[in-house]
Amino acid sequence: MDNLDVIIATDCGSTTTKAILIEKKDDIYRQTYRGEAPTTVEAPYEDVTRGVLNAIQEVEELSGRQILDGETIITPAEDHRGVDIYISTSSAGGGLQMMVGGVIQAMTGESAQRCALGAGAIVMDILASNDGRHPHEKIERIRQLRPDMVLLSGGTDGGTISHVVELAEFISAADPKPRFGSGYQLPVIFAGNKDAAQEIERTLGDKTALTVTENIRPTLEAENLGPARHVIHDLFLEHVMAQAPGYRKLISWTGAPIMPTPGAVGLMMQTVSKQQNINVVGVDIGGATTDVFSVFDDIFNRTVSANLGMSYSVSNVLAEAGLDDVMRWVPFNIDEADLRDRIKNKMIRPTTIPQMLEELQVEQAIAREALRLAFVQHRALAVGLKGVQAERTLSDVFDQSAGGESLIKMRDLDLLVGSGGVLSHAPRRMQTAAMLIDAFQPEGITRLAVDSIFMMPHLGVLSSVNEIAATQVFERDCLIYLGTCIAPIAQGKQGTSCAQYEIGLPDGTQSGTLNIGDFLHFPLEADQEAHLTLQPERNTDAGAGPGRELNTTVKGGTAGLILDGRGRPIVFAENQSERADQISQWSETLNLYPR
Amino acid sequence: MAHAYTPGLRVTPQTLLQRQRQLPLKGEVVVSQGDSVTRDQVVAHTHLPGNVTTLNLVNILSCTPEELPNYMLKREGDPVEADEPIAETRPFIKWFKTTVKAPISGTLENISKITGQVIFRAPPRPVQVQAYIDGNVIEILPEEGVIVETTGAFVQGIFGIGGEIWGPLHVISKEPDQILTPDQISDSCAGKIVVGGNLLTLDAIDKARESGAVGIIGGGIRDSDLRDLLGYDLGVAITGTENIGLTVIVTEGFGSIAMARKTFDILSENNGKEASISGATQIRAGVLRPEIIIPESSIHEQTEESDHPGLIEGALLRVIRAPYFGQVGKVTVLPSELQTVESETHVRVIEVEFDNGDRAIVPRANVELIEE
Repeated sequence: MDNLDVIIATDCGSTTTKAILIEKKDDIYRQTYRGEAPTTVEAPYEDVTRGVLNAIQEVEELSGRQILDGETIITPAEDHRGVDIYISTSSAGGGLQMMVGGVIQAMTGESAQRCALGAGAIVMDILASNDGRHPHEKIERIRQLRPDMVLLSGGTDGGTISHVVELAEFISAADPKPRFGSGYQLPVIFAGNKDAAQEIERTLGDKTALTVTENIRPTLEAENLGPARHVIHDLFLEHVMAQAPGYRKLISWTGAPIMPTPGAVGLMMQTVSKQQNINVVGVDIGGATTDVFSVFDDIFNRTVSANLGMSYSVSNVLAEAGLDDVMRWVPFNIDEADLRDRIKNKMIRPTTIPQMLEELQVEQAIAREALRLAFVQHRALAVGLKGVQAERTLSDVFDQSAGGESLIKMRDLDLLVGSGGVLSHAPRRMQTAAMLIDAFQPEGITRLAVDSIFMMPHLGVLSSVNEIAATQVFERDCLIYLGTCIAPIAQGKQGTSCAQYEIGLPDGTQSGTLNIGDFLHFPLEADQEAHLTLQPERNTDAGAGPGRELNTTVKGGTAGLILDGRGRPIVFAENQSERADQISQWSETLNLYPR
Repeated sequence: MAHAYTPGLRVTPQTLLQRQRQLPLKGEVVVSQGDSVTRDQVVAHTHLPGNVTTLNLVNILSCTPEELPNYMLKREGDPVEADEPIAETRPFIKWFKTTVKAPISGTLENISKITGQVIFRAPPRPVQVQAYIDGNVIEILPEEGVIVETTGAFVQGIFGIGGEIWGPLHVISKEPDQILTPDQISDSCAGKIVVGGNLLTLDAIDKARESGAVGIIGGGIRDSDLRDLLGYDLGVAITGTENIGLTVIVTEGFGSIAMARKTFDILSENNGKEASISGATQIRAGVLRPEIIIPESSIHEQTEESDHPGLIEGALLRVIRAPYFGQVGKVTVLPSELQTVESETHVRVIEVEFDNGDRAIVPRANVELIEE
C-alpha cells in the first residue's frame, strides 16, 4: 500500500487506548498528533471501540481534521477530512496468553516458547515430556490454566511420534476450556513432527479447534518459527480477539490485521535492524510486565517478564532482587519496614507519582533492578539451538558448554532502546540514560534511545502495510536519541588506567586517561557527531580487541557521551558509606538530580 | 485523560447491590427467580471432572502399543474399581502371567495405541456455590448461577487476603485512629468479624485467629507483618485464595493509618449486625477490591447513586503518597497549568488544606476523593 498520505493508528492497551495521526508532508511521513482515552473493554462499556473513538476524537480536536463521521472512520482522505487507512494493535484484556508444549524442554520446548513469545504472547507454562512432572500433574496444570491458545510442538520431522502424541493425550484428557467464551473450542496449533500429524488429529481433532502447520524444529539444526507465528496471529484474530467485547466491530474497521502489541513492537525492531544493518535491544517496562526484544545478526527474540513492573508488580521486583540490590543504587539509607510499606502502597494504588526527590530515586533504583532481572531472563532464552551436533575441535573439548550459547553479545550491540513510563517520563533524560546503562551494562560503543510516547506498536503494524512510512516516523518522531555509552572492558585495580581517550568535540578536542572506576560525561547534541580515539591498555578491550586502538565516530543526544570505566559488572564499593559516596559522585557527573 | 486523580473507593451506608454467583463449569441452579436466599444457602452446584491418573502398560506387559488392546480386560468408557484387573498377558504357562490392576476407582477413559498409555479418571467432585449475601434472586443464569440482590451498607477496602466469609460485626476500637491490641480480643470474638480503627498488628491478627474470629478489619497493616502472616513475600496483588484461618481487610493501606471516619462510623453503627466480607483483591485490569456488605444496615438513609462531582474546590480527599501520606484535607485551589514538584516531575497539582490548617501542593495523581 504505497498511496497512504494520512494514517490513523491506535494501540488498545489494558488501561489506555492511544491514537496517533501520521501524515505525509513534502514526501516525508511524520507523526503529527496524538490522543488517548481509557480503554473500554471492561464493564460498564464492554466495547473496545468506544475507547478507540474517544482517542480518535481527541486527535480530531487537536488536529482540526475530521476523521469520524458519527461512529465511522472516514476513508479515504480528502483535503482536511478523513484518513487513508486505520490500523491497530491490542493488548487489552491481559494480551495473548498461551501454553506451549515440546518433547524435550531445552529443545522443542524452548523453540515453542520462542515462537509464542515472538508472536507477542505471554507463555503461561511449558509442557514437556521431561519437565519432571507426573502425568496427572501436567493434566491438572493444563486444566487450571485456561490459556487463550496452545502451541504443541515436538519431534523433528521423522523423529519421535509417541512422545508428542503423549502430550496431545494429556491435553485431550485435561479437556481445557479457553479463557474467554465458554461456547467455543480451545485453539490448538500443532507444529511438530509432520509424521505425527495424523495421530494428533485423531487425538485432539474432536475436542479442540486444531490447526496443523509446519514443524517449528524440522531438524535439530534449524528452527522454523515463521509459519507457526503466522498461525498464532491468525487465530489471535479469529478466536481470541473476536471473543473480546467490541473486537468484531474493530476488526471490520481496520485496513490491516490487528496485531498483539508486543508482536508489533517486535516487528518494528526487526525492521529497524534490517534497514540499518545493526544489532538492537529494546525494552518496554510497564506497570505489570517488562518486555525485552533483541535482534542480533538477524535473529529476533522476545521475552516477557510477567511479574517485573513498576506498579502492579513493583513488590515482586523487591522480592526477586532483594532489598540490598535495590538500595545499592541510592546514596542514602531508608528504614526497611518503611520502604516495604511505601512499595506496597504503590502496588495497591498504581497511578501515584513520586513527589519527593528521594521517592523518585528509590523508584528509579527499583527500575534498574526490574530491567536488569528482565534482561537476565532474556539472555537465558535468547540462545543458540541446543542439541545441535557440532564438530568439535581439540580446544572445544575443554569447553564445557553444551550448545545454547547466548546470542546477546553486548560488545556487538549497536542500539539500546527503552520505553515505558519510568524511562519515557523521567524528569531528566539523563536519568533515562543512566537507568539503561546501569541495568543493561552495555560494552564497547552503544547508542542509547528512548521511545518518546510509546509509538513502536503503531509503527510495527504500520510496517506491515508500509515499511517506509514506519521507518521514517521511527527515525524522526518516535526515537529520542540520548547519546552514546562508551565502555571499555578492563580487568584491574580501581584507579589504574584502562584507556587513553581523545574526543573531537565540536567545541574542541578533549583528551585524557580513563581509569578503572571512572565515569565521565561530555555533552554532545543529538544532531552532532564526534571522532573518538581510544587507546586501551593491554588488558582492556574497547571494542577492537584487547589493547587495540579504536577509531570511530560517535553520535550525540540529550545525554551526550558517557565514558564508563566502572567495569562489567559494575564494581561497587563494599563499605556502605564509600558506596554512598560513589553513587553520589556518579549522580553528580551526569547531573542526574537537583542538588 | 479526563481524570488525573484516583477515584475513591465506595463507602456507602445504604445502597442497592448485586452479586453474580457463578459455577466454574455448567451445572444445576437450585433456586428460582424471586426466591429469598440466605448467605450460606447453596444456589447452584455441579461436578468437576475427576482427577486423572495415567499408567503406561507397554512396559509392564512387555508388548508394543499396537498390541495393547489385545491384552485389555476393560474397554474405553468402562467403570473400574481400584485394584480390579484391567489387563493381563496370556502366556502358555500361567505362572508367567502378568496382571495389571486399576490404580484408582473411576472410569477407564483412554487406551492409546501410539504411546501405550492408559488414562483413568476419578469420579467427579461436587462443587457448590453459596449465595454469599442475604437477598433475593433477581436473575437466573441458566446452568451457570444466579444474581443475588440486596440493599445494605457497602464498604470497599483497599487490600485484603482470604476469601468470602460471614459473621456478626464486632467493633472493638472506640475511635478510627485507635490501634487494636491483642488484649482487647477475647474468646467472645469467636465466629465474629473483629473491627479495629488503625493498624492491624500481627499480634492482634494472631489473637483474633486463635479466638476463632472469622474476619478482621482495620485501617492499615505493615508489610512486614503481612509477610509473616502469609509466610512469603506477596509479589503481585492477586489475593483471595489464602488459607490463613480468617479473612483480613484493610481499608486505607500499608503502614499505620487511621480508618476513614465515614467507614468507621458505618461499621460502628452496624456493630453486631451480620456482614458478608471478601478479602479478594486484584489490582490489574478489572480491578477487584475487598468488600464488606451489611444487608440489614442500621442506617436507612438511601444515598443517591450519582456520578460524584469529581475534584472540585472544597472536595474532601486523602493524600495517598509521601510526604503527606494518609492525611485528610480539602481542595482549596485547582491550578490548571502543570507545575514542577520537588522530584522535578511536571504534573497537574492541587492545593490542599489539611485538618490542622496547613496547606500543601500535591500532584493530582496522589490524592483520592473521599465520598461524603
